[in-house]
Amino acid sequence: MKIIVKFLKTFLLLELVKGMALTGRHFFARKITVQFPEEKTPQGFRFRGLHALRRYDNGEERCIGCKLCEAVCPALAINIETEERADGTRRTTRYDIDLVKCIFCGLCEESCPVDAIVETRILEYHGEKRSDLYYTKSMLLAVGEKHEKQISKDRASDSRYR
Amino acid sequence: MMELLQYLENLLGSAWLPIWTLVKILVIVVPIMLTVAYLTLAERKVIGYMQVRIGPNRVGYFGLLQPLADGLKLLLKEIIIPSGSNKFLFVSAPILALTPALAAWAVVPFSDGMVLANLNAGLLYILAMTSLGVYGIIIAGWASNSKYAFLGSLRSAAQIVSYEIPMGFALVCVLMVSQSMNLGDIVLGQKSDVGLFGWYFIPLFPMFVVYFISGVAETNRSPFDMAEGESEIVAGFHVEYSGMAFALFFLAEYANMILIAILTAIMFLGGWLPPFDIAPFNLLPGIFWLLAKTSFILFLFLWFRATFPRYRYDQLMRLGWKVFIPLTLVWVVVIGAWMQTPYWLW
Repeated sequence: MKIIVKFLKTFLLLELVKGMALTGRHFFARKITVQFPEEKTPQGFRFRGLHALRRYDNGEERCIGCKLCEAVCPALAINIETEERADGTRRTTRYDIDLVKCIFCGLCEESCPVDAIVETRILEYHGEKRSDLYYTKSMLLAVGEKHEKQISKDRASDSRYR
Repeated sequence: MMELLQYLENLLGSAWLPIWTLVKILVIVVPIMLTVAYLTLAERKVIGYMQVRIGPNRVGYFGLLQPLADGLKLLLKEIIIPSGSNKFLFVSAPILALTPALAAWAVVPFSDGMVLANLNAGLLYILAMTSLGVYGIIIAGWASNSKYAFLGSLRSAAQIVSYEIPMGFALVCVLMVSQSMNLGDIVLGQKSDVGLFGWYFIPLFPMFVVYFISGVAETNRSPFDMAEGESEIVAGFHVEYSGMAFALFFLAEYANMILIAILTAIMFLGGWLPPFDIAPFNLLPGIFWLLAKTSFILFLFLWFRATFPRYRYDQLMRLGWKVFIPLTLVWVVVIGAWMQTPYWLW
């Protein structure tokens, strides 16, 4: 009996018809493609994109040159040099992130005691040479100045979970 | 219109027949080439939709210019001829692959009397032409002088030759039932008062399935596409080809697909006959029904590709030799006996 059933199943192409019914159903299903430049997937407030250095409202840089981010960076992508200013505070003279090395783990952001280095929601940027992706202090500060509104909003959203 | 043709015929004299035939050939070949181009787009769209994505939609509205862009790209690419190859055969192989696929269309009847060459041995001509296509593949593999291309060509050639046998036997059943080898007469033989129940796919249902599956294998289409096997191996016989020479092999593959589809429609699905010979159906011209049936079968080709995983080579050979050939042989006898009984209704 089993043999006959198996024989009939094989010759009536039962499994093939089942498979085709499945793909046939999917033919009419809603398509999940996101048409990227026109449509975008939603981003969370913890999105880890391009880095930025922030300033306080009075215009002073947040970064105090503690080098925690440089120490924690697993890809050794951060380079910091510091000096003592006339008012006795320690500030960076150089703060470089090599985005070619960076793995966007977010540890620099986590380690920062003053929320100076942050990762923004920006993901659409490019470099035509490798050196274009070597971000210096002035470039990072410029990013921070440009997107400060969004950055502070995201930090505020995140602070509820800390 | 008729007067104009008559006037031209008198004007051109003996040159009329070749020129008029050439015009007819163009009227058949140009739409086939366009269909081939848009079949590639339809394939990508249909498979995309079945995989819950959209498919190409950037070149032109709904991706409608994509085939033209692809064709232009391939035309502009360099045709690399390997230094160790036999240049004459290397160049002629793609032509040999494409020509029979197009030549077979000469005997295809598009509607009652709408046929380029009304051969009485049309079925034999079809079998001969579809068998010739394998030479293009063998020569392509051999002329490349590359072991991979050669092995690939052996694989595809063995596959095509094996599946021709069940295909031939399935057609033997058709000609037994229709008592004719003329494709137009085969279609007219399916004409009856009961519409689609008079078509040959009902008494010959196993043969219909065998013919279609063998046709899929014959054209090296998924799930029998180890000749190409893009997800497992580089390619088969056409590894060394590039540019337009490569495109010709694809044109041949798609032209063969369309040919198999239209032949299935003619032999088993009543060709240009409407499914019911009553008012809304028989008002449409016959060619519409033929093309509708052909499109449906072409859609099945694409549906298969989106659904089934690729056969292993030994399974493919087993299916051809140990399942299809015995099955067709038995069915030839069954049909022969059945036709002698009063229960034969077709």
